[in-house]
Amino acid sequence: MDLLVKQVSHRYGDLDVLQNVTLDIPKGKIVCLVGPSGCGKSTLLRLIGGLEQPSSGQIVQIGDPPDACLNPLTYVFQDFALLPWRSVEGNISLVLEDHDIPGHEAQRIIADVLERTKLTDFRAALPKQLSGGMKQRVAIARALAVNPAVLLLDEPLSALDSQTRELLMDDLLALWSRQAFTAVYVTHNLHEAVRLGHVIAVLSRRPGEIKQLVELDIPLGERSPDDPALQLHQQHLWDLMREEAIAADKELVDV
Amino acid sequence: MSEPRPVKFRGGGFAPTSIKWIGPVVFIVLIGLLELGTQTGIIAPLTLPKPSDVLATFGELWRSGQLWLHLVPSLTRLLMGAALGVTTGIAIGIAIGLFSHIRAGLVPLVAAIFPIPKIALLPLFVIWFGIDEGSKYALIALGTFTPTVVATYGAVDNVDRSLIRMGQSFGLSWRSIVWKIVLPGAMPGILSGLRISLAIGIILLVAAEMLGAEHGIGAYILQAGSLYDLERLFAGVVILSLLGVTVSAVIGHLERRILRWRS
Ligand SMILES: Nc1ncnc2c1ncn2[C@@H]1O[C@H](COP(=O)(O)OP(=O)(O)OP(=O)(O)O)[C@@H](O)[C@H]1O
Ligand SMILES: [Mg+2]
Repeated sequence: MDLLVKQVSHRYGDLDVLQNVTLDIPKGKIVCLVGPSGCGKSTLLRLIGGLEQPSSGQIVQIGDPPDACLNPLTYVFQDFALLPWRSVEGNISLVLEDHDIPGHEAQRIIADVLERTKLTDFRAALPKQLSGGMKQRVAIARALAVNPAVLLLDEPLSALDSQTRELLMDDLLALWSRQAFTAVYVTHNLHEAVRLGHVIAVLSRRPGEIKQLVELDIPLGERSPDDPALQLHQQHLWDLMREEAIAADKELVDV
Repeated sequence: MSEPRPVKFRGGGFAPTSIKWIGPVVFIVLIGLLELGTQTGIIAPLTLPKPSDVLATFGELWRSGQLWLHLVPSLTRLLMGAALGVTTGIAIGIAIGLFSHIRAGLVPLVAAIFPIPKIALLPLFVIWFGIDEGSKYALIALGTFTPTVVATYGAVDNVDRSLIRMGQSFGLSWRSIVWKIVLPGAMPGILSGLRISLAIGIILLVAAEMLGAEHGIGAYILQAGSLYDLERLFAGVVILSLLGVTVSAVIGHLERRILRWRS
């Protein structure tokens, strides 16, 4: 299943947040959204996943999600959004309970996603017992459990320290190479963007428009953190964003 | 240059820990002082009864079976009334928390009922529900209902919106969101509301029993008071205190069990 963002504009009251954004999200690819603070990245992600409706334009779904897919458009949030009163396992079963899945099948799914995210030993732990990186892995496991057609990740690593971030990035890459998923990945961090993105969409400051689409054709598996080609791309992205970021920083926030 | 010295510690306090033994010691010392005062005559017998006499009266109550005669009806009234008030209170509180129309309609009403001293309505309840148990249940139910409603909708308002968003984003049904996210998320607030509600329930229980009941702790205290039988009066008061402590301990236990997930 592909997604197509067609000439989407969005406004909150008289604040223009997004302007005429058109973006292709092809199956099996990771599209990164970068842009200065407040340019509407999170808003665009909420629109894509149907949590909000755009003021104008459309989000179109091309093709059908795979049969076993329980929730085609699935989020991973920056603040993890785990239920603190449920164990790791309980947080994952939460998203399966509303579908008529027989108990043993649910158990199989849970065991499978815990294994893929290296959480098998923490099945019964409560969120308060986990570190930030582990919590985000639980959130990723939960998202994988519904077998999504498209993963929508809003700064999933921003709340973590840089070492944990690096480790989780490796985990995401490993997950992708094991089974290619489609994803929209919002981030502030250009390093994450060049490591994970097949396509990087650079947004301008508010009202956000697509300023440039950067395609990286190095396969994900071959990108190492200190690859000079990647660093060149990262520099290019920063040059694109620099002025926007400075200008955005100076603007008064009046909401 | 002055001498090198350690940085002064200023991070103490503001972190209550549980020190189990102080509570009982305060009680024992206080009661011991009273016993001493009444034994030596510094405290006149008409001012306060001897704690040992109160204890003896209490033992007498226990042995004669009078204790249960009064305690059982009181506990039944408290349980029935509070169960009624608290369950409807939680239901209405959640409805107020979830639906704007219900909120707009009921919040002013609850605000209007809250400050009425419910005991003033007892005569009305006697007409509506009869002189027997009905009016007492109704009184306790109404008394526990309003604080429960206010605590519950406040607690629902405080449930982390990002968790609800998460539920929606995974396509959970409305029912699941309410049962599995809103209700557990509101539980800390609901339980602390329960403490207040039940304390109010005990006060109303005694008041209702004083205004008209054959048996019950309130009736017992009233009888003792009208005869100036201070030992029995205090024995009744001690029973009430014990009831309060028990209720509070039960809620504390519930909180520890249900809210184990909190850090
Ligand atoms: N529900 C809302 N109502 C009104 N204004 C909003 C709402 N959500 C976001 N905004 C405003 O829209 C603008 C874009 O917000 P958004 O969160 O999409 O930006 P962002 O690019 O994700 O920023 P950041 O990098 O800080 O996460 C901001 O100015 C924000 O204040
Ligand atoms: Mg954002």
